[in-house]
Amino acid sequence: MGCENIEFDQGWGEMEKGIEKLKRILAGEKETPFTSREYMTLYTTIYNMCNQKAPHDYSEQLYDKYKKTLDEYITSIVLPSLKDKHDEFMLRELVERWLNHKIMVKWLTRFFHYLDRYFIIQKSVPALNEVGTTCFLNLVYEDVHPTVQDIVLSLIDKEREGDQIDRALLKNALEIFVEMGLGQMNRYQDDFEARFLQETTNYYSRKASKWIEEDSCPDYLLKSEECLKKEVDRVSSYLHSSSETKLIKKVQHELLVVYVNQLLEKEDSGIKVLFRDDKVDDLSRTYRVYNKISQGLDLVANVFKQHVTIEGTAFVQQAEEATSNQASNTPGGHEQVLVKNILELHDNYMTYLNSCFQNHNLFQKALKEAFEVFCNKTVNGSPSAEILASFADHILRKGGSEKLSDEVIEETLEKVVKLLQYVIDKDVFAEFYRKKLARRLLFDRGTNDDHERSILSKLKQQFGAPLTSKMEGMVTDVVLAKEHQSSFQEYLRNNPDVHPGLDFTVTVLTTGFWPSYKWFDLSLPSEMVKCVKVFKGFYETKTKHRKLTWIFSLGTSHINGKFEPKPIELIVSTHQAAVLLLFNASERLSYSEIVAQLNLAHDDLIRLLHSLSCAKYKILNKEPSSKSISQSDSFKFNPNFTDKMRRIKVPLPPVDERKKVIEDVDKDRPYAIDAAIVRIMKSRKVITHQQLISETIEQLSRMFKPNIKAIKKRIEDLITRDYMERDRDNSHMFRYLA
Amino acid sequence: MLLFVSVSSKAKIKGLEKIDRLFNTYANSSLGMIDPEGIEALCSDLGVDYTDVRILMLAWKLKAEKQGYFTQDEWQTGLKALGVDSLSKLKKALSDLEKEVEKPSNYEDFYTYAFRYCLTEEKQKSVDIESICELLNLVLGVQFRPQIDSLIEYLKVQNDYKVINSDQWINFLRFCKEISFPDLENYDATQAWPLILDNYVEWMREKHS
Repeated sequence: MGCENIEFDQGWGEMEKGIEKLKRILAGEKETPFTSREYMTLYTTIYNMCNQKAPHDYSEQLYDKYKKTLDEYITSIVLPSLKDKHDEFMLRELVERWLNHKIMVKWLTRFFHYLDRYFIIQKSVPALNEVGTTCFLNLVYEDVHPTVQDIVLSLIDKEREGDQIDRALLKNALEIFVEMGLGQMNRYQDDFEARFLQETTNYYSRKASKWIEEDSCPDYLLKSEECLKKEVDRVSSYLHSSSETKLIKKVQHELLVVYVNQLLEKEDSGIKVLFRDDKVDDLSRTYRVYNKISQGLDLVANVFKQHVTIEGTAFVQQAEEATSNQASNTPGGHEQVLVKNILELHDNYMTYLNSCFQNHNLFQKALKEAFEVFCNKTVNGSPSAEILASFADHILRKGGSEKLSDEVIEETLEKVVKLLQYVIDKDVFAEFYRKKLARRLLFDRGTNDDHERSILSKLKQQFGAPLTSKMEGMVTDVVLAKEHQSSFQEYLRNNPDVHPGLDFTVTVLTTGFWPSYKWFDLSLPSEMVKCVKVFKGFYETKTKHRKLTWIFSLGTSHINGKFEPKPIELIVSTHQAAVLLLFNASERLSYSEIVAQLNLAHDDLIRLLHSLSCAKYKILNKEPSSKSISQSDSFKFNPNFTDKMRRIKVPLPPVDERKKVIEDVDKDRPYAIDAAIVRIMKSRKVITHQQLISETIEQLSRMFKPNIKAIKKRIEDLITRDYMERDRDNSHMFRYLA
Repeated sequence: MLLFVSVSSKAKIKGLEKIDRLFNTYANSSLGMIDPEGIEALCSDLGVDYTDVRILMLAWKLKAEKQGYFTQDEWQTGLKALGVDSLSKLKKALSDLEKEVEKPSNYEDFYTYAFRYCLTEEKQKSVDIESICELLNLVLGVQFRPQIDSLIEYLKVQNDYKVINSDQWINFLRFCKEISFPDLENYDATQAWPLILDNYVEWMREKHS
């Protein structure tokens, strides 16, 4: 080789020259920048000193010297400069010193680069860069970081309170924390972020507890939104991005989660007021703000649900009190009002759901659950299912109290169907509806077929055919009856000798579709007996294998009353007519004589006689003339009866059917449960008990909600009847037996 | 060769003869099987009570179809399976039989059999409460005295059920085996237990509250 070995001191002397120059540059003294040549010399010196043969390879010593150089620089220059500075000034100095240090390390690393290539790998020691940072870490950072943290936090606090601060400075200062982690975030997190988050929590906790007392709900939300915006801005300006999620979560928690109920339930400005005053923007803000918090919407939806529940329940209570306070002239008038109120409530909140709450399913669920609470209450003994059926009935009657346009009727019926989804006992509704439909079809001439069919098809769509199939049959029956009537008229025209001498219409009903009616073995007046016989003859020419059962309680008769003042046409039920016609043959009849002639039960007869002698129209005179019927009374035709009208309807108050409807529905439920269980077992073949229960409930949910005991009882019964069996080895599994 | 066959078959015939002779001692000749009277006589000769559970076990071993009757086939098959052909041997076999029934592999089978044995009418699926109480006492009384006493008390006072079906029956045993008594802590009515046991547990919990 022929090159001479460089002695250590000699070589180091060369390096020292370069290092001193570097220090001068860093100190800001007038100096020329390093030229390529200067750099090459320094680099080559190191190179040579490392490649000499032992004992002249000085790698290790150079490595140590590198470190010592930095340490010494820090100790003699950097630390003193920081010593007597405070607050922002200290921060500034630190940032500057750190920048300088990095430059120094950069240059020194370049000079000593050769060590990085082989020595550090050979000896498994940290790279020069790392050493550089570690020196600063050990000698400066460890010493000052608590103080720096204090200064930074107090500046942040200042800024939060509204003062302007030097954001760039903070950014640089916090970057030191990050860089001190040598690739990990732990120094940033432990030496700054942890306390920062804690102080943030404290800060917003204080603010929240103040604002919640002083501010209205909308104002509080505005402030919260502002704070969150500012904190996000803070992160992007000088905090490390990894802090954002944690920071926002803490702020949201302190401002919006801790006080959520107090906030939204504020007496004068909370959710209920926002709804009352239609504050769409504030409500939307509420949604927006809470949507960003994990599970935040749950909190709002909960308050929403409670609010709606309270409103709905208040309507129910109103109706309950109104009916019990005064004897209402319109029977069920208060219940009509109740349904109207609830429908309106529904409309309102559906609108809010769409406009403010983005139709979010949490709110849909909240609305549903709220409605389910008050749509299943009984008002004055009347179950909600009945109330709803009565409401629909009222609308569908010819001349329902307000003359409503077809459009409005359609809309309202649509809403009724929607409301039904919240009623649990849909089968009870169906039965009441069916009973009222029967009365409409049979007594309320001029019902609008289109509306009747329209609501049935809506019900079918929402809840399935089982609910409506019988009712559809009823409507068809009535249409067919009209056709039948024309052919009956034709039959009478062709057979004039069998004509009974009375105007006579028959409606034939299919038994399975219509509600069951009590059958009375009434002794008909002879005029009517003839009519029945004639129709029977006609009917047998049409169909052979059908049996006709006559339900006279559903019939109507028009009777001419030859009263002294003037003749009046009486529109009465056939049963009432049967009573009245008795008086064509006898002037005076005792109660027991009437019983004997008509063959009716006491309850029914008393009702009839009451309607004819003790109610609004006294067609018969009763002896004694007390207010109620007793079995010792006697009756006479009242020849002096009169009214300003020429034709009057003598009403017969209907029997209260409520108890029977509920009884009938209860009787049918076990069969429905059976059918559902068998259907499920047939398709699954094998199923666990839990699943069977939950699927049965689901299948039946369109009609009613069966309780678990009822289902278990049916399962037991089906096991006895060999439809299914329990699995031998798994006692919670059931098997279908084909 | 022929000689051997005839000897062994003679021996077989001889063994069967003894069993048949025993059968005829108790059988009703016009019926061709042992009837309740015959069984009573058998019991007294064996020195056990008519209502003793060991007779039920014997019926199980014989796979007797009809309560109170043993057919000749059942008698032959059963006694051969027991390996007895005389009254004294049968007496001894009874105590062994008890142990055999108590083996877990047999016990459930015996328990289920006990219920079936009570279905005396054709197409009968359920047994009346009174008989069930007696049967429970007989079959489970010794092993699960406190549970059975309490359950029987309940069955007698409740009104929901007049008869018990086989599913409910099998679950009585499960109940005794699985549910801690008398606290009933691990009983969960939302599980597949029959409703009658749900009601029983409710009754018990009310009683002790």
